[in-house]
Amino acid sequence: MRVSIVAEIKNYTMNFGPQHPAAHGVLRLVLEMDGEVIQRVDPHIGLLHRATEKLAENRTYLQSVPYMDRLDYVSMMMNEHAYVMTIEKLLQIKVPIRAQYIRVLFDEITRILNHLLWLGAHALDVGAMTVFLYAFREREDLFDCYEAVSGARMHAAYYRPGGVYRDLPSTMPQFQPSKKQRSSEINKLNKNRSGSLLDFIEDFAKRFPTYVDEYETLLTDNRIWKQRTVGIGVVDPDRAVALGMTGPMLRGSGVEWDLRKKQPYETYSELDFKIPVGKEGDCYDRYLVRMEEMRESNKIIKQCIEWLRENPGPVISNDNKVTPPSRSEMKEDMESMIHHFKLFTEGFHIPKGEAYAAVEHPKGEFGTYIISDGANKPYRLKIRAPGFPHLAAINEMTKGHMLSDLVAIIGTQDIVFGEIDR
Amino acid sequence: MNQSIKKQIQSLKSFFKKKLLSINEDKGEITITFDQENIIESLRILRDRPEFDFKQLIDLCGVDYQDYKIAAHDEKRFCVVYHLLSLKNNQRLRVKVFAEDDEFPIFQTMTEVWPNADWYEREAFDLFGLMFIDHPDLRRLLTDYGFVGHPFRKDFPMIGKVEVRYDPTLKRVIYEPVSIDERNNVPRLIRDEGIHRG
Repeated sequence: MRVSIVAEIKNYTMNFGPQHPAAHGVLRLVLEMDGEVIQRVDPHIGLLHRATEKLAENRTYLQSVPYMDRLDYVSMMMNEHAYVMTIEKLLQIKVPIRAQYIRVLFDEITRILNHLLWLGAHALDVGAMTVFLYAFREREDLFDCYEAVSGARMHAAYYRPGGVYRDLPSTMPQFQPSKKQRSSEINKLNKNRSGSLLDFIEDFAKRFPTYVDEYETLLTDNRIWKQRTVGIGVVDPDRAVALGMTGPMLRGSGVEWDLRKKQPYETYSELDFKIPVGKEGDCYDRYLVRMEEMRESNKIIKQCIEWLRENPGPVISNDNKVTPPSRSEMKEDMESMIHHFKLFTEGFHIPKGEAYAAVEHPKGEFGTYIISDGANKPYRLKIRAPGFPHLAAINEMTKGHMLSDLVAIIGTQDIVFGEIDR
Repeated sequence: MNQSIKKQIQSLKSFFKKKLLSINEDKGEITITFDQENIIESLRILRDRPEFDFKQLIDLCGVDYQDYKIAAHDEKRFCVVYHLLSLKNNQRLRVKVFAEDDEFPIFQTMTEVWPNADWYEREAFDLFGLMFIDHPDLRRLLTDYGFVGHPFRKDFPMIGKVEVRYDPTLKRVIYEPVSIDERNNVPRLIRDEGIHRG
C-alpha cells in the first residue's frame, strides 16, 4: 500500500509593507501566493491620504499652490504647473513668453530630478546600490537650482497663476568658508557657481549627458539588471491604454503619446525634442525610455537657456487682479496698494465654470480639474494623479510573476504616494 | 471655436440626439450630460465608434453640488464626471451623470467599459458615498480601516469628526470626538462676475 506523502499545498496570503524599503513609501500589499508565485495582489493605499482636494476647497487659490508641491514630492514644480495652468485657463489670462520658457526649463529640470530618483531607487530595489549614490550626486545640483530660484530646495511654490514668482537670479548661492574645509576646496566647489543661475544650469547640462552614459554603462548591458527586468511586467499597448496608463508606462509599451507634442502647452511646440518609445512593454523598455527622456530633457534645457539669455522681459502677468504688484509700485500707487491687500486677504475670484488642464508629468498625465462657483476658493478640485491607475494595474502586471519581480514592477511604475493618496 | 471641436460637437449631436441632456463648449472643452438610463451603452459607443474612439478613461470623480445648485441639472446633488481621452483623434471629452436620488446616490459601474474605472469608483464611493451598481469590489480605498462617513461631502467638516490618540491606561489607540474648532481665516465669498475679480 502506498501512502501519498505530497501534502496539499494551499495558497497563502502574505503582507508586504506598509514599512518596507522596496515599497517606495507607505504601500501595503496583501499578496496571495502560490509558493513563490503571485496569484493576486491587493494594494491597500491611503496611508498618506491628506485630503488635499478638501483642504483646497477651504483655501484661496493662491494658498493651495504649496499643497501642490507636496503631492508628488519628487517632481514638485510639475504639480504646480498643472494647477496654475488650470487657473490660467479659467481666468483666460496670458502668461508672458519668458515665464513660459522658465516654466519649461524648470519642468525639464524636474523631469530629470524625478527620473534620477526613480533610477536610483529602481536600481537599488533590484540590487544595484551604486547608481543610487551617483543619482543623488546630480540631484544635489538640481536642488541648488530650485533653491536659487525659490529659496526652497524641494517645495518651491515658484509657479504662480500668471507666470512665475520671480526672474532667474543673476547670482548663485556660494559655499561659505568654514573651519572644516580648506579654502582651496571651497573655491573648487564654488567654481561653477561664480556666474548666474543660467551659467550654473548650462554647466550642468554640459556635464549631464556623460553622467547618463555612466549610468548606462552600469545598467544597460548588465547581466543581472537584464535578468531582473527583461520580460517582467509586460503590458501590451491596447491594454496599457485601457488601463489608463500614461507617460513612460504607456510609451514603454510602444504607444507614441506625449502631451508635450500632441497637445503642446507653454512653448513646447517651438522646441526640438524627440519622444522615445519602447517596443516590448516590459520593465527594461520602460527603463530605456526614461533614460532617453533624460537626454531629451537635457536638450530642451539647453534650448531654453539659449532663449532665456537673449530675451529678457516680464516673468509674470501684469494683470493686478490676479498677480501682485511690485513692491515699489505699492509704495507709491494707491491702487496697487489696494490690489496687494485684496489679493493677499481675499484672493482673486474665478468666474463660474470648470476646466481641466494637464501637463506631461515625469510619471504620466498630471491634471487638475477645477469647478468654480465664482468664489475666491475652488468649489471642487480634483487631482488626476498619473500613479493612481498605474498602481491599480499592479494586480494585472504581477500575476504569475515571482515575489522578487513584484519589487521590480513597483520600481518601474515609479510610485510616489504623495500623488496616489493625495 | 476651432474646427475639430465643432466637428466633434456635430457628430455627438447627430449620433446621440435626444439621449444628450446637454452639450456645451467652454474654453475648448466639451461637456456632455447623459441620463442614468443606457449610460453604459452610451459610454461604450463613445469608446468603440471610430469617430469618438475614447479608448482611455483619464479620470473619474464624484462631485457634491449641495452648495452650488445648478438649475440646469434640476439642482441634483451628486454627480460623476468622466474625463475621456481619444489618443487616435487627439480629443478630450467630459461626461457628466447625475444621481436621481440625493439621499442614496446610485450610479452604473464602468468597470466593464474601462478597467481602470475600478479604483476611481472605489475612491468616489469612499469619499462621496456614491454607490456603483455591479461594481466587483466596492470597498473603501483612501480612508482608514473602519472609517465612518464620506469625507468629501460638503456637509462633512474639514477637521473631521474623530481624532485618534494612544490611551496609556487602556494601552491601545482610541478614537474620540474632535477637540479642536474649525479655523477659517479667509471667508468664502462669491462676487458678481465682471465687476470684481480681485
